[in-house]
Amino acid sequence: MTSIRVGNAAGFWGDNLDAPRLLCESGQLDYLTLEYLAELTLSILAHLKSRDHNAGFVSDFPTVVESLIPQLRAQPNLKIVTNAGGMHPSACAVAVSTILQKGGMKDVRVAAVAGDDLLPQLDTYLDAGEPFQNLETGGALDQIRPQIASANAYLGAAGIVEALRQEARIVVTGRVADASLTVGPAVHEFGWEWTDWNSLAAATVAGHLIECGAQATGGMFSDWDRHGAPLALANVGYPIAEISDGGDVVITKPSGTEGEVTVATVAEQLVYEIGDPAHYLTPDVDADFSQVTLKQIGEDRVAVAGAQGGPAPENFKVSLAYRDGYMATGSLVICGRGAIAKARACGQMILDRVARAGVHLQRTNIETLGGGDSVPGGWPDRPEPWEVVLRVTAHDPSKPNLERFLREFAPLVTAGPPGVTGYTGPRPKPYPVMAYWPTLIAQTRVTPQVEVRAAGDWT
Amino acid sequence: MNNTICLKEIAHARSGDKGTGANVGVIAYTAAGYAFLEQELTPERLTEHLHELKPQGVQRYPLPGIRAYNFVLPGILDGGASRSLRIDSQGKVLALAVLEMQLPRPENLAQMQPKSHQS
Repeated sequence: MTSIRVGNAAGFWGDNLDAPRLLCESGQLDYLTLEYLAELTLSILAHLKSRDHNAGFVSDFPTVVESLIPQLRAQPNLKIVTNAGGMHPSACAVAVSTILQKGGMKDVRVAAVAGDDLLPQLDTYLDAGEPFQNLETGGALDQIRPQIASANAYLGAAGIVEALRQEARIVVTGRVADASLTVGPAVHEFGWEWTDWNSLAAATVAGHLIECGAQATGGMFSDWDRHGAPLALANVGYPIAEISDGGDVVITKPSGTEGEVTVATVAEQLVYEIGDPAHYLTPDVDADFSQVTLKQIGEDRVAVAGAQGGPAPENFKVSLAYRDGYMATGSLVICGRGAIAKARACGQMILDRVARAGVHLQRTNIETLGGGDSVPGGWPDRPEPWEVVLRVTAHDPSKPNLERFLREFAPLVTAGPPGVTGYTGPRPKPYPVMAYWPTLIAQTRVTPQVEVRAAGDWT
Repeated sequence: MNNTICLKEIAHARSGDKGTGANVGVIAYTAAGYAFLEQELTPERLTEHLHELKPQGVQRYPLPGIRAYNFVLPGILDGGASRSLRIDSQGKVLALAVLEMQLPRPENLAQMQPKSHQS
């Protein structure tokens, strides 16, 4: 039996910049994966690309590669698979190759995997009968057609496998299913058939468990305080999946790090952001997590078994974002007796003064943080706090309307009730809203495009 | 004796966003606790606990291998991650509020608590 160790050291764009280096130094990895793309990240990258034709990828990644040069030298078998390519995998490959070349590694082969960007051909697909109906609302795409900012199919592992076959050491993709970053290396190493559904499901569950970084190793763990003995997390280890050619999976982390890998921490990540556990759908497989079992087989080692797979769905999920006006948020701190009621009154005064100015905002919300509004109605009663944060948020098509709204916070200090403070720093600004339109496209219309070159040939 | 318990005594949980809705996975510490959740932690009870968030058609899915129920709560994120006007726009902290739910006190409570927590 052979097995590989796949680590993940980024669960989103903005995750700890030291984590990839720390995981590679002590993780004895065959593959490092880095998952950067949340549902709306691509719309931000599309905007950056529209302003600079060399941009549009996750700019953290070249910085990370620079920090990994010593490890790439010391560990000749270490490979990296990441979706840092965002809207522009080839530009990311160029940026990474420039770093590699500076580090004296011009022969390292770098792959760009594209083909997920549907926007240039969107009208062709519409003409061909792809409805791009909203999966949640059933709405038709023409409602938002002029506002579309990005439209990307979730690719599966096939493009990654092809890149690895062409001896890429660093694989940079655009939008692929998060778990496919792990499935790709497993399929490449073990030569699994694309119809070996149970193996694909096993690697998919492994990928799902590590894709959010430290959430598998103690981060976010709801029993963190363990009745007075908090779990140390400052030096939390990022997760590693050991995957065997037979589809056995063990989740672990480097020794000497904080956090923990237990049945409890892994179970929480298994249920993270899933729908029906019997159908965890990716472009690779229809994976059934519902019968998965977890077993502690050593310190910080949990065996994962029982994932079953079925044929992959006929449609790819599409991540489509459209411009939907602007949002703005302001906050103040409200102190003293009756802070919650006073904060609510202050929030209403802000909205009343905006209305008096003739500005009618489309959507508004007043929250008193400290008074339980993080989950309205969901917390049991507690004694009244001495201070709360008043947070007022508005969404409107008009940016000037929101600028007018934001002017009404500071006057509350002098023209409001007593106990209003916390208004320091610059006035906040409205920011554009990208809304999410979940939809599908037929698998047959989408083909990954793979380009592999030595770093010296990308620059 | 108090005739209710807090869900946190017998289970742990995690939540996150699913489009304009969210999910909460609730994991029992023991087999006895899982059997109790089957009876007591119904979609109706969860809907009632989170009624201010207006969940529409809560679904409950079992994961018996890890003694868990996954609850899918459509529509509770006020438009979803980028459109929500709420501080917890992605439902990250929902799980902790769900763990504060009160449930009828079972006779065999000790069999439902994690060994490491018993004093």
